[in-house]
Amino acid sequence: MFRKEYAGRFLSACFGLFVIFLTIGIGAFLIYKGSATFTQFHHTIREFLGSAVWDPADNSKGGGKVGALIFIVGSLSTCGLALLISTPFSIASAIFLTEINAKIGEKLFRPVVEIFAGIPSVVYGWVGLTVLIPWIKSIFHLQVGASIFTASLVLAVMIFPTITSVSADAIRAVPDAYKDGAYGLGATRWQAIYSVIVPSAFSGIVSGVILGLARAFGEALAVAMVIGQTNALPTGIFSRTKTLTTEITAQMGNAMEGGELKSALWTMALLLFLVSLLFITLIHIVTRKKKEKED
Amino acid sequence: MESRIKRAQSVDHFMTGLFYVVAGFFLLILVAFAGKVIIGGFLGAKLSMFAFNGIGSIGNQLFNTIYLVFIALVFSVPIGVFAGIYLAIYAKQGPLVKVLRICIETLSSLPSIVVGLFGYLVFLVGLGMGKSLLAGALSVSILTLPLITTTTEDALKGLPPGYFEGSVGLGATKWQTVAHILLPACIPRIMTGVILAAGRGFGEAAALLYTTGSGSTLRWGNWNVTAPTCPLNLLRPAETLSLQVWNLQINGGDNSLAGLASAVLMILVLSFSVLANWWSRKLAAKAAGEQKKKKEK
Amino acid sequence: MKVKKLLTGALAVGLCLAMLAGCGSGSSSSSKKSSSSSSSKLSGTITAAGSSALKPLVDDAAKSFGNDNPDVAITIDAGGSGEGLKQVSEGTVDIGNSDVEASEKLDATAAGELVDHKVCVITMAPIVNNDVYEGGVKDLSTDDLVGIFTGKITNWKEVGGPDESIVLVTRPTSSGTRATFQKYALNGAEEASNTSMETDDSGVLLKNVQDTKGAIGYVALSYLTGDPGVKTVSIDGVKPTLKDTYSGDYKVWTYEHMYTKGKPNKVCKAFIDYITSDSYGKQMEKLGYGVSSKMTKTEH
Repeated sequence: MFRKEYAGRFLSACFGLFVIFLTIGIGAFLIYKGSATFTQFHHTIREFLGSAVWDPADNSKGGGKVGALIFIVGSLSTCGLALLISTPFSIASAIFLTEINAKIGEKLFRPVVEIFAGIPSVVYGWVGLTVLIPWIKSIFHLQVGASIFTASLVLAVMIFPTITSVSADAIRAVPDAYKDGAYGLGATRWQAIYSVIVPSAFSGIVSGVILGLARAFGEALAVAMVIGQTNALPTGIFSRTKTLTTEITAQMGNAMEGGELKSALWTMALLLFLVSLLFITLIHIVTRKKKEKED
Repeated sequence: MESRIKRAQSVDHFMTGLFYVVAGFFLLILVAFAGKVIIGGFLGAKLSMFAFNGIGSIGNQLFNTIYLVFIALVFSVPIGVFAGIYLAIYAKQGPLVKVLRICIETLSSLPSIVVGLFGYLVFLVGLGMGKSLLAGALSVSILTLPLITTTTEDALKGLPPGYFEGSVGLGATKWQTVAHILLPACIPRIMTGVILAAGRGFGEAAALLYTTGSGSTLRWGNWNVTAPTCPLNLLRPAETLSLQVWNLQINGGDNSLAGLASAVLMILVLSFSVLANWWSRKLAAKAAGEQKKKKEK
Repeated sequence: MKVKKLLTGALAVGLCLAMLAGCGSGSSSSSKKSSSSSSSKLSGTITAAGSSALKPLVDDAAKSFGNDNPDVAITIDAGGSGEGLKQVSEGTVDIGNSDVEASEKLDATAAGELVDHKVCVITMAPIVNNDVYEGGVKDLSTDDLVGIFTGKITNWKEVGGPDESIVLVTRPTSSGTRATFQKYALNGAEEASNTSMETDDSGVLLKNVQDTKGAIGYVALSYLTGDPGVKTVSIDGVKPTLKDTYSGDYKVWTYEHMYTKGKPNKVCKAFIDYITSDSYGKQMEKLGYGVSSKMTKTEH
């Protein structure tokens, strides 16, 4: 009787530890590759994070400039804007397809939402390039349609399915007794949603937002096509800039192995990992505080 | 009192309307987008593109896509689900586990090119697999592991505590509780994670570029699994639909072929998600049925 | 119960896979052996990776080569010249395609092990949006080009065109196309990086120039064979064509390289010979690539 218990515990511990080791392994791989910028090419962390002068040499002699500020600002602003656009819509849609009209939600909305998870990002990018950019150009009277704003719109559509389906599952998992209780006390549907359902599904919704943010942070191909990759700090939502991922994807394949440029790109991948780590930690801390308050 | 109820009701009506508008608006965008890709893709297609000829058609790529995602899920679903169980049930809940959980969530934000290069280093250089379907599938499973682990863990933790307490209180071991009570109860939620993971696999291009390669020469009827042109061989290069779309588009190549490949890919993802949903509902219904039967006894 | 069933299923599939994998690796070597024993019929695999500018040509060659040799499976990946060279030097692919010499992307010892095959000539052309061309910009002097790409000239009216601001559409700094254009069209002048839109690939670059008023960029002639929707501009009165490249009048060109580690094996050699053969040359020109043997000047 206990044999299965030990086997189950052993297996799940093995795989759990495997995933943990994999995470550590990839982290270590990034640190190993990315540290050469500082050890071998003698740049300072301050230069890397604080300077916007990006001109690394594509050889192993080094001597270029590796300020990555443009990419950091670019990544943060596009992802932040995308999250700002997408989150309210996604949560509203998740509520719609679970609480307001479950029939349409289940039959129509859910499959549509799910196929969007599987569209290759290059298709998003291509539709952005051929449909969205001309629109933006004519609506806002711009010569160039590529901008941070365009990129965040594309990203917002891309992360919409992730946030919606994960939040919808969290809302669906709220025990019926909670809702029945709320309705029994005479609450309207909106009051039940607002004060019972969403708060009790809150941590699941946050997971959805985190997964969406992670996807937005890591997205490269679609963003690259519509952001108009330009080596300059953004001055507004219609300026063109670069993000960490677009620069990594654009240069990684062509850079010289072991050269300064390639090392700097790996450092950027490491930075990306650390920045998203920071954000996800922050979201976790904020939500835990909120939960504690409610309890 | 009266007016408060009235106000609450009118707010309720207003919010219901708002939800309809928001949901309708996004549904419209999604349908327009899907319609543009699917209809546009099929309108531009020529009959020869549906053949299984490798270059210039999509048949082999379609097969490769399904095969690769299937193999990737064979690795990532069991590992991810067990890892989720470990984190939710067995691991000692402390700061270390919290940090690791955050790390795992972060893993899914890495650009896929980085995972591709990591896979290249481990599977091609380290294990000497060569550019192959297997190496690509393993890289995709690295990409999807965090997603499956996180959703499994969330699903297990999202269950009412009564499930766990009731089962353990009746004398079940932790594993019995997990296997018979908790896991069946959260299959639909885990399935969402699997569908999202599969979607990521279907749409992946950059990670596969360095691991699977763009080979699409297959000889149907060659069932010698060791030949490089045998469809079932795991150690052959395999171009997937999304890689094909990417290859065509970066070269300003045949746009109608790329359009058709995207359309077929979307239909593939749609049928996969419908199938997975149907299956998860069936499993959930069966689990509920079993519980009912036990009650009757 | 269910979980156990699932688990056994997964394990069984995993085992089968492992067995397949084992068989597969054992056999690929045997298939190579058989290819060397039979002299008339080629069989085996060729994997190539690297330059995306060269990929369409190698794809096309692979298709027609495959018609004659159905037992050869050929895989060609893009991924960039740097990756192609790295992978061939690490032995994970048979052929590394590159826009640049191996010594520019690898250290000296690794580059020394590679054998260069100059398979074709690629010509880069400046392209502009249609309205710029119709506005009168059909020819640019080298000085004008340098002025435009370094950001000193910002409006088309300064070079006799319409009153439109110039939008630069270029490639990333490590791109081989950019390196060639900079070296031979701009006489080595550094492109202005803080105003230009860098695009990952020539396909997207073409689309951007086509859709953006006042845009200028550059691509290889191989991207301009159909109806590209953009116009090419002459440099110092010389049109960017293969003919003028052969005669040495048009200066923005470079060799495309296919590198092998050491001497190529039999299958790879047959494939490279096929691409460089005279009979394939016609098809090569149709795709917009230049035949190396027709060059009257082999150095710039």
